[in-house]
Amino acid sequence: MTVTLDVFPAARYRDVVEDRDFPTVREYQARTGRAALGCYPVYGPFELGYAAGLLPVGLFGGGNRIEIQTADSRFQSFICSVVKSTMELGFQDKLGPFEALMFESICDPARNLASIMSRNFPKQKVTYVHLPQNMTSAAAPDYLTSEYRRVLAELETVTGAHVTDDDLRASLATYNALRSALRALYAFRAERPQDLLTGELYTLTRLATIMDPAEVTPILREALDAARARDGRVKDRIRVVLAGAFCEQPPLELIESIEESGCYIVDDDFLLGWRLFRRDVPIDDDPCRALALAYLNDSLHASTKHDLRAPRAKALIESARSHDADAVICLIAKFCEPGLFDYALYRKALEVESIPHLYVEFEEKMWLYERIRTEVETFVESMLFR
Amino acid sequence: MTVAPEIRYQGEMHQLQKEIMAKYYAEATAIAKGNGRKAAHLLIAGNPVELLRAFDVLPIYPEVNVLQIAVRKGSLPLIQKAEELGYAGDNCAYVKADIGLFHSGYETPFATIPKPDVLVCNYVGCNVYLNWFEHLAELTGAPAMNIDIPFIRTLDGEPTADDVTYVVKQLEELIVLLEQVTGRSLDWKVLTKIVERSAQTGELWSQIKEMTKLRPAPYDAYFDSVTMMAPLYTLRGTEEGLRFFEVAHREMTAQVNRKQGPLPEERFRIVIEGPPPWPKLRVFRDMFSRWGAVAVASTYSTVGGLWEFGFRHDPAHPLESIARHMLSYNVCNRTFLQRYDQLERYVKEWHADAMVIHSVKSCRLFSAGQGDMREHFVRDLDVPTLLIESDLEDPRYFSEAQLRNRIDAFFEALEQRRITAGRAAGGVA
Ligand code: SF4
Ligand code: SF4
Repeated sequence: MTVTLDVFPAARYRDVVEDRDFPTVREYQARTGRAALGCYPVYGPFELGYAAGLLPVGLFGGGNRIEIQTADSRFQSFICSVVKSTMELGFQDKLGPFEALMFESICDPARNLASIMSRNFPKQKVTYVHLPQNMTSAAAPDYLTSEYRRVLAELETVTGAHVTDDDLRASLATYNALRSALRALYAFRAERPQDLLTGELYTLTRLATIMDPAEVTPILREALDAARARDGRVKDRIRVVLAGAFCEQPPLELIESIEESGCYIVDDDFLLGWRLFRRDVPIDDDPCRALALAYLNDSLHASTKHDLRAPRAKALIESARSHDADAVICLIAKFCEPGLFDYALYRKALEVESIPHLYVEFEEKMWLYERIRTEVETFVESMLFR
Repeated sequence: MTVAPEIRYQGEMHQLQKEIMAKYYAEATAIAKGNGRKAAHLLIAGNPVELLRAFDVLPIYPEVNVLQIAVRKGSLPLIQKAEELGYAGDNCAYVKADIGLFHSGYETPFATIPKPDVLVCNYVGCNVYLNWFEHLAELTGAPAMNIDIPFIRTLDGEPTADDVTYVVKQLEELIVLLEQVTGRSLDWKVLTKIVERSAQTGELWSQIKEMTKLRPAPYDAYFDSVTMMAPLYTLRGTEEGLRFFEVAHREMTAQVNRKQGPLPEERFRIVIEGPPPWPKLRVFRDMFSRWGAVAVASTYSTVGGLWEFGFRHDPAHPLESIARHMLSYNVCNRTFLQRYDQLERYVKEWHADAMVIHSVKSCRLFSAGQGDMREHFVRDLDVPTLLIESDLEDPRYFSEAQLRNRIDAFFEALEQRRITAGRAAGGVA
């Protein structure tokens, strides 16, 4: 049986996930009375906000949907787009449903952005989470646990809620279920990329960043069932792992044109923070500690997480090998320093391992893909007809 | 107003600085040639140099090395070397120059830089540091540790008690690592003595910084501060470092007594924000000197530590005070808005006429969002503010004519404003 695209769940949500008026979030707020917590990438402890009565919503800037008018005068030309377009959302009055914003220690521009947002948009309470960069210190678990308690207390002041450990455990369980559904989709895509295109997987994952986890998880499960029921023909495409778009997100059309240019994407780091953990967070005695330990010891590699135990280039090679990939595409946001620094290491490791790779620089606000399409096609041809 | 006046102040301090830095680099070279002493690479921001000195480990700051190279016009080939290896045009050029230097055998015109026996990544604000030292760890194979310094993020602008505990524990772990690397154990008495000298150094440095509140300022708090910053990091805690600051203090006091500043006439008092363009330092300085503009305060001089608002190391609590220095007494680990406050204090308490923001492409820690900073100073505080762009290490981003035009136009306007204000004050319309 073949399921056509337009009835596949992802197709239904295409427009919604890119809408910078956040219609679903507004609808949710009207229905439940819950305001949103805007979560800047890459990863934050969403569970805390959810337990405090907020809806954590991924805040990935303006994509190619809004034009930057004012933020350009605040951030220089050499700063990545997502920083500016996130600020622009504030200038264009799009942050109405958000009562709080959460930023984390991912990079220098994002950190300064947190300050600048708090100055310019005092209606939104800005919470800044310092995620540890010493993963091996014996003191890190205590530190991160206390940091999560501190963040929780800040979020409680936003909603006035008093969050108990039971509330937190319930929140952990809800997000465990969400991540488990996402992991299942990712595993399925790696196995049968012809039956779950990355454009679709991306849409579904993105949906998870704007919906209540309890409401989106059944949709993801339904999507997985629908994908399983497909029986797509395997096309003559190369299998690639994509790395580098962990923060600023490329336009959906760009992801699709990479696929259409002859690639099956079998692993990627899009929207990474929303599926960061390799397995369920134990519903432990101390939920903040469990969440802290999951971050320190059980999370996927990320360009903004510096774990001296696990070089990221090695992790990329492992991903390429375990996914049986023919090549790697480094898809890196323009001006993104963490991504660009990693590229230097990736390139070396990929050369040593003789894994072909293509370097592609993108900007969220781009809307012409011809050049990239040609580059990818040429790359794919060089692989197919070697 | 076309020729920059000669900078009159080039005293004993400058000479002494040259000598002690030459000696420091001779020590570095001796280690590189295999004399058996150990060297650690670490970073400037909120550096915990006291601990290294306590183990007689020589602190090597890649930032200081590459800026010295840039001043000597040698940075571009190193940057290009790194770019050939895959580093991007948009990566911090300090890192690229250092990677290029590694691949050039660590040979510089002033020293051979020893390979690190240990990499101490003091992650104080700058996220690029983490990338940089990861890359060095891979290249050199040296044992590495990230000292994670929680960023200031609370409403009161202070680190939390848990932050302090966390950093102290990591410093204890660093001690264990240094014991392994050097094969000796920490002598707490030695550490206490070093921390005491750091406290004395901080006191002198802070007093020196107070002096620029006077008219005329006895030295330029941007361009001459950098002369004092190298010893502040490389030699803080040593006898020699302390002696240097005693000499500097004496000399500045004499300047004050003579009512002498760095220029024949102090016409404008400015605050400068952001690092200097090392490859064109002299040219850049002249662009201000020709207007009689003297920096009375600068944020750049607080990257390694912020002493002028009261912080001192505490020999009674060495680790806690090192932790506090790293957490909150340096500009890098403070929020962007705390930097606004710092600058506002400089403008007010140091009696400045204007502010100059030198936005450097390499350093997003410093620069990202400086447009908002200008907005705040111009609109909310009515401080004339100039924003100019170049780079701290890469000469390709220094466009001389354009900078000169912008700076000239700014001071012309400032002069006009002064004339107008003078007339208004004198009742002449
Ligand atoms: S895209 Fe890169 S540089 Fe920009 S905010 Fe994200 S991590 Fe930072
Ligand atoms: S970004 Fe700035 S602070 Fe960080 S390494 Fe580069 S120049 Fe230094």
